[in-house]
Amino acid sequence: MFEISHETLVAFSKSWGLFYLMGFFLCVVAYAFWPSNRKRFDRAKTSILDRDDKPWK
Amino acid sequence: MIGKLSSTERQYAAVVLVMLLAAGIGMAALGRSDTLGVHGLLVILFAGGLLYPVLSGFYEPEPTEDREASYYDDPIKVGIVLSMAWAVFGMSMGVWVAAQLAWPDLAFDAAWSTFGRLRPTHTSGVIFGFGGNALIATSFHVVQRTSRARLAGQFSPWFVLFGFNLFCLLAVSGYLLGVTQSKEYAEAEWYADLWLVVVWVTYFVLFLRTIARRREPHIYVANWYFMAFIVVVAILHIVNNLAVPVSWGHAKSYTIWPGVQDAMVQWWYGHNAVAFFLTAGFLGMLYYYLPVRAQRPIFSYRLSILSFWGITFFYMWAGSHHLHYTALPHWVQTLGMTFSVMLLVPSWASAGNALLTLNGAWHRVRDDATLRFMMAAAVFYGLSTFEGSFMAIRPVNALSHYTDWTVGHVHAGALGWVALITFGSFYTLVPTLWNREGMYSARLVEVHFWLAIAGTLIYVFAMWNSGIIQGLMWRTYTEDGALAYSFVDSLVAMYPYYIARAFGGLLFLIGAVVCCYNIWMTVRTVPLAKRLESDVPAAVALPGE
Repeated sequence: MFEISHETLVAFSKSWGLFYLMGFFLCVVAYAFWPSNRKRFDRAKTSILDRDDKPWK
Repeated sequence: MIGKLSSTERQYAAVVLVMLLAAGIGMAALGRSDTLGVHGLLVILFAGGLLYPVLSGFYEPEPTEDREASYYDDPIKVGIVLSMAWAVFGMSMGVWVAAQLAWPDLAFDAAWSTFGRLRPTHTSGVIFGFGGNALIATSFHVVQRTSRARLAGQFSPWFVLFGFNLFCLLAVSGYLLGVTQSKEYAEAEWYADLWLVVVWVTYFVLFLRTIARRREPHIYVANWYFMAFIVVVAILHIVNNLAVPVSWGHAKSYTIWPGVQDAMVQWWYGHNAVAFFLTAGFLGMLYYYLPVRAQRPIFSYRLSILSFWGITFFYMWAGSHHLHYTALPHWVQTLGMTFSVMLLVPSWASAGNALLTLNGAWHRVRDDATLRFMMAAAVFYGLSTFEGSFMAIRPVNALSHYTDWTVGHVHAGALGWVALITFGSFYTLVPTLWNREGMYSARLVEVHFWLAIAGTLIYVFAMWNSGIIQGLMWRTYTEDGALAYSFVDSLVAMYPYYIARAFGGLLFLIGAVVCCYNIWMTVRTVPLAKRLESDVPAAVALPGE
């Protein structure tokens, strides 16, 4: 049967694991700071303060 | 409540309850004198008790009003009441077990009241009973308001709420009867676990469908946290509870995980239960109720997104710090330690974001005890996440592990963060939901606040002292290399701290009882506030769409 040795697993985590986390980090930062997202974020954070107590329908 | 369901929905309710009743009869028949049989009886009583109001209201006139024109708040109200009832039960059990450590005679020589059986009734009572019901109730509230959409179901919210409470009842009554899987925070046995999977999947689908109905272009960050809570708890629960029962008629099961893998799976579950049950969902509360109460938008929305992804992705890897110096491979321990330390960044980002939101409104924090509850919660969140990262470092853990320091750390988080943010949210939510001018007594909120703070501080300081003394006594050697103190010596040294801890817990419990009274009086005696008639449902196009 195909066996994964301890060293293989460590090597995999130290390379691909790192790339995956770094890539993920970059995506999240890009999303959070993407200029055109600013408007929807600003709206989201202020709209919860509206004194509205009915659903849209 | 039943009057608000259409006749089809009443049929659903009746069918589901009859099926539950049948399952209870099956459990009783298969289990006989085993605890499974006792639990079958409990399920029969539970289903029968709910079937009675459903059937007696079955032919009442159907609701005539347009249900879609208002939010669905009844399940939230019931959830708050259940949550507070569990809080009083769970904290009472906590005070009892704490007192047993100081005065062991309080076990009264009975099997059901030994420390080992009572302790999980405390942990499950407060985490699942109090915390879980609070999470379900507030998530139903937050998702509706931030999506400007009614819950996507009439019957399913009740199924989730009552189904979850049936799980809690099965769990807690089972511990008293001697049922346990011996996995911390996952003590309930296989049949209760299977039931929780059904309930939790319904919860997940209900939440997703409600978000899908939203009128807001963007999903507010609090919902992301609630979503992470629901999804990850489902994954953790299923993986950690994979087990094979001895037979269909027996409550006992054996886990499929062997040896060290079992330990790793358990603490991957255990630490992520802290992360996603006791943190993510409560951060959802923080990100909604704190800005609403302070009437100020969150300091930085971008930061809240960054810390969301940081918390969800770092926490997943931190669990192995519970297994330092064990048979677990050294590199896995190091991995857990590293991620635990990195977690400080998103944790402090959230705590800082909350406190900076209040910057400029400190006079309101001074005057309004409800807002102060949330401010104190953010401070304790910051402190206990710092402490947690520190304790996960292997050499620090060598001193702290197996001592009361761990217990103190957990309670700094559970009392100082989780319970305080819940009380703050409830004091914000109760007058809104029941449409009252405010809480019955602002002074009693103030009393509750100081009882909670005093109780938490006494508890945490007692445990820091006793934990560090324990750790040091266990590692002190004589000149000939023998241990200087026996275990009993360290136990005797704990006596004053155990008394202080029970007293701190008692203060916290009294605070919760005061809160119950205040909520009760608000609902019963405070006059109705004027409805906000100027509200327009979001039918017209909104800016940003």
